[in-house]
Amino acid sequence: MLMIGTGNKAVALAVRDAKPVVVAAYPITPQTEIVEEIANYVTDGSMDARYIPVESEHSSMAACIGAAATGVRTFTATSSHGLVYMCEMLHMSAGARLPIVMANANRALGPGWNIGAEQSDSLSMRDTGWLQCYVSTAQEAYDTAFMAFRIAEHESVLLPVMINLDGFLLTHITQPFETVDPEGFLPPTNTPHAIDINHPGGYGTLTKGTEHFRFRWDIERGMRDSVAVIQEVEEAFAGRYGRRYDMVEEYRCEDAEVVIIAMGTLGKEMEVAVDILREEGVRAGSIRIRWFRPFPAIDLAGREVVVIDRDYSFGFGGVLANELRAKCGCRPFSVIAGLGGQEVTYDDIASFVRIRTEGGEHWFGVDA
Amino acid sequence: MYEIRLHSRGGQGGVTAAKVLAYAAFLDGKYATATPLYGAERRGAPVVSFIRVDDTPIRVYSQIRTPDLVIVLDHSIMQTVDVTAGLREDGVVLVNSPHPVEVKGHTTYTVDLTSIALSLKMVLAGNPILNTPLIGAIAKMGIISRESAEKAIAETFSDERNVMAARKAFEELKI
Repeated sequence: MLMIGTGNKAVALAVRDAKPVVVAAYPITPQTEIVEEIANYVTDGSMDARYIPVESEHSSMAACIGAAATGVRTFTATSSHGLVYMCEMLHMSAGARLPIVMANANRALGPGWNIGAEQSDSLSMRDTGWLQCYVSTAQEAYDTAFMAFRIAEHESVLLPVMINLDGFLLTHITQPFETVDPEGFLPPTNTPHAIDINHPGGYGTLTKGTEHFRFRWDIERGMRDSVAVIQEVEEAFAGRYGRRYDMVEEYRCEDAEVVIIAMGTLGKEMEVAVDILREEGVRAGSIRIRWFRPFPAIDLAGREVVVIDRDYSFGFGGVLANELRAKCGCRPFSVIAGLGGQEVTYDDIASFVRIRTEGGEHWFGVDA
Repeated sequence: MYEIRLHSRGGQGGVTAAKVLAYAAFLDGKYATATPLYGAERRGAPVVSFIRVDDTPIRVYSQIRTPDLVIVLDHSIMQTVDVTAGLREDGVVLVNSPHPVEVKGHTTYTVDLTSIALSLKMVLAGNPILNTPLIGAIAKMGIISRESAEKAIAETFSDERNVMAARKAFEELKI
């Protein structure tokens, strides 16, 4: 059904259509609309789920862990301080191989208090074992949140998935999007290690180094295998519903000499900057990274790279820039922009390309 | 792309007006986005919303700097905020005011939305409801169709007076 609504509403509808059995939630700006909408669907009967209002984000993830451990589909949503408050439970859910799906509205962490868009919250949860996807439109938010359940629950993956939306910029914008007929796309959950009261066993018990090591390796194996699963699910989605996604979204890259790389809404707005630069005779292109974990293989050989981070790893650099340096062996011009919802326009993005230096770093609005 | 910047005061329904306007444009078969600009708003403080309408998907999330149309839901805002900042040379202004307002260098339309709301006793928490009559005025300017305007309002609000208010504003605005 074609409609118009906010990014938050798109996520809530995707969750409705995925039919989770348990949703545990605690409200936080700017994701609150997601769990409010879901609460409405449960109340009006359009969703047959158990909705558990909890007292904190640590508890919302704990409730999802308990529910997912019984083998049922679960969902929660959070943002910023809520996300980092559930940090311990993020490690727990990935370690226990529970395919929980969560939406995170990317928002700055205080102090100073700020509710604007920033990706430092989810990127600081980089090493928890969660898959992470960054979306750029309400349509992509709906489609990806819906697909996320099939990816997380796949027998080769069995890891939780976090869908990230830029706070306010995407959570609160009203855009057209289309929901799908969900029937048959998501197979029933089949968690091989689900708690079975007829066969009691230990769960999360003490493990020695050797076993622990194997569990860690198994998480990494699931993460590596998830690349093929993501592509398989995105292909199945495209085949049935016509909208195609990939690990990254490339724009005018074929003959590009300089490539802009970013995630989230900046990754969409930068396409307009590419058009402006092309008109000036600059052979520019852009690569929007959708899946950050697992990190995609990107061939940047022979290209100049400008990367925009709406985040920062203090004492090192922009997180995305760091990943690209390590994974692709490039020396990008690293731009730090948009922290705390700082306004960044397509003209600004075009200007980043004009002032690029190999291996340089530029703090937008701070550096002259 | 047609870009609209809407100035209002917190509590006047500007954010909802932006959504309904985008919805009406969507019903016309256009691609439309509506974005509220969040800050430290409170009731009565000046707030801004942005609406973009185009024939193709809109890839821009940043604020509107050079609007084609500026809408002012409360003319007193013009004393403290430069509502014409960045307005395109051929840009148009629409003001809710009981008296004709002139903005130098720009075609300016005036419509008394407040009186329309009060005549229908449309008041919420002490504020006249301005967003639905506003949609009627915008339809008169030809930015959205009258049919889509009425459909968008009827599907958003159950109270029939909202569509009546839009019709009244459509009739009263002189183009």
